[in-house]
Amino acid sequence: MVPRKTTLPKKGLALNPGGAGPAKAHIKKPTPWKNYLVKFGFYAGIVGIWELVCLLGIWPPHILPSPVSVALTLYRGFEDKSLLVGIGVSMQRLVIGYSISVVLGVTIGLFLGRIKYLEHSLGSAVLGIQTLPSICWVPVATLWFGFGQVAIAFVVVIGSLFVIVISTQDGVKHIPPLLVKNARLLGIEGWRLYWEVILPGALPTIVTGMKLGWSFAWRSLMGGELLFAKLGLGHLLNQGRVANDTSLLFAVMVVIVAIGLMVDHLIFAVAERSIKRRWGLLVEEH
Amino acid sequence: MIDKSPLVEMAKGPSPVGAARRATPTLSRPIKLRLTGVSKAFRSANGNTTLALQDINFEVREGEFVCILGPSGCGKTTLLNIIAGLDRAGCGDVLCNGRRVKGPGMDRIVMFQESVLFPWLTACKNIEIGLKSKGLSKAARTVKAMDFLRLVHLSKFANAHPHELSGGMRQRVALARSLAMEPEILLMDEPFTALDAQTRWILHYELQNIWEKTGKTVIFVTHNIREAVCLADRVIVLSSRPGRIKREYKIDLPRPRDDGSVEVAALSTEILAILRDEIEKVMREELDEGSCKECDVKCVGVTPDNSNPK
Repeated sequence: MVPRKTTLPKKGLALNPGGAGPAKAHIKKPTPWKNYLVKFGFYAGIVGIWELVCLLGIWPPHILPSPVSVALTLYRGFEDKSLLVGIGVSMQRLVIGYSISVVLGVTIGLFLGRIKYLEHSLGSAVLGIQTLPSICWVPVATLWFGFGQVAIAFVVVIGSLFVIVISTQDGVKHIPPLLVKNARLLGIEGWRLYWEVILPGALPTIVTGMKLGWSFAWRSLMGGELLFAKLGLGHLLNQGRVANDTSLLFAVMVVIVAIGLMVDHLIFAVAERSIKRRWGLLVEEH
Repeated sequence: MIDKSPLVEMAKGPSPVGAARRATPTLSRPIKLRLTGVSKAFRSANGNTTLALQDINFEVREGEFVCILGPSGCGKTTLLNIIAGLDRAGCGDVLCNGRRVKGPGMDRIVMFQESVLFPWLTACKNIEIGLKSKGLSKAARTVKAMDFLRLVHLSKFANAHPHELSGGMRQRVALARSLAMEPEILLMDEPFTALDAQTRWILHYELQNIWEKTGKTVIFVTHNIREAVCLADRVIVLSSRPGRIKREYKIDLPRPRDDGSVEVAALSTEILAILRDEIEKVMREELDEGSCKECDVKCVGVTPDNSNPK
């Protein structure tokens, strides 16, 4: 048997001395090793089948590169730093664009959720524009800002902004009205109301929106880079296409997936979990 | 008898404010709140207007514990909201400390049926956030919040988040928060209704004890007759819609009272007799016109299912 390892939330459970009181404890059960094994087995199986298909030689290597050649390309890419530079440049663009869109999106969303007139005017516009795939903004962006960093940032912002706006607005609208009423009775007004009540009240939903926004930003960035940017992972993809280097394409795609998973697991999943726990929204976990 | 209970001992402890207040007879104390001719009508979606409150007049003196008792839908909560400034009276005047009530203010804090604590803040921070509005420094806020947590016997749980507390504990934090704001009048809107009987019983003791200690002016809305008799100096009975003051009772029983004691039960029965007509009226309105008549039900204790054999 696996020893039962329990991780206690740092702040939330430093109470309940002597087990007094019916306070609920949220003890995170460890993920069973079995689950990891199943996961690992699944991916190993896929790579195995992939390699097998390649060995059978049904398709030429420039159509379907073998996992080994993709791994080699990855290795070479990291060795000559071309992939590292690509990752660095892309991440920098992403972080800049995404930060702008979080700040802007949350601010707009907070007001949209609170002010009826804004909701009916700007809110409906946001809903409409949101249906536009972010890649559609690329031509406009290049005309307005040229083929530079600003255009990329614009595409990233416009791609991720609206989903953050909408989830923030949604989060604000789902704060129990009594909570806001009571805040007023306690003399919490104006900026304090937004900063100390509305924002934290909507935070669980905002984080979900931020997570979505991140993946939207990532997609917009790749679209933009693929079409017009220098350097960056999207640019590498384009290079691979021009050079007919399929294993480079696969290698870059693997990198993109890996970064996506890492950010999701290490940042958003952790943030979402800890916020939901603290807010008391997480009753049972496994 | 339950006289040996620690809660009773607690309640019997020294209470400087309470003792001083007890020394002055109620009528010679200053008037904290005065309602004159307060009425309120609501317009429903189909355009009909319903009169919720009609010509409510009463005054509450400093340090008094007044219960407003009435059947469901009689406008008790509306009345409380008007006093709190969360709702406007259709006509009439509400004067708090001689000043007309125009909106919510920190001199009138409301405690609701739900605790309405901020889920992301600890018990202590939930109290501090209100004190911040009063301009206290960070250190002073913490000290005061802890003082009031101690008053409701929850200092051990200062760092607990609301979801880690039981319903009764949450209500005690809410009570501590309301008291820490040091309002002129504490308004309580059925604060114990959602709790189980034992917790309610304990909180009745605790509230009486705290009230004796702090000498706060309290207006407590409830539909629970025993609760009203158990807690109040004075019970104002409202009639069913439109809410009018039907009768007032002065409760002179010694404190701390127990909601199961014989005296409380006797008085409750007396008030129930008055209220019964009102409850029946509500039931008649809620049930089909005919069903009540044809079965000749005394509607008290009869569920609509029994009386409506369809």
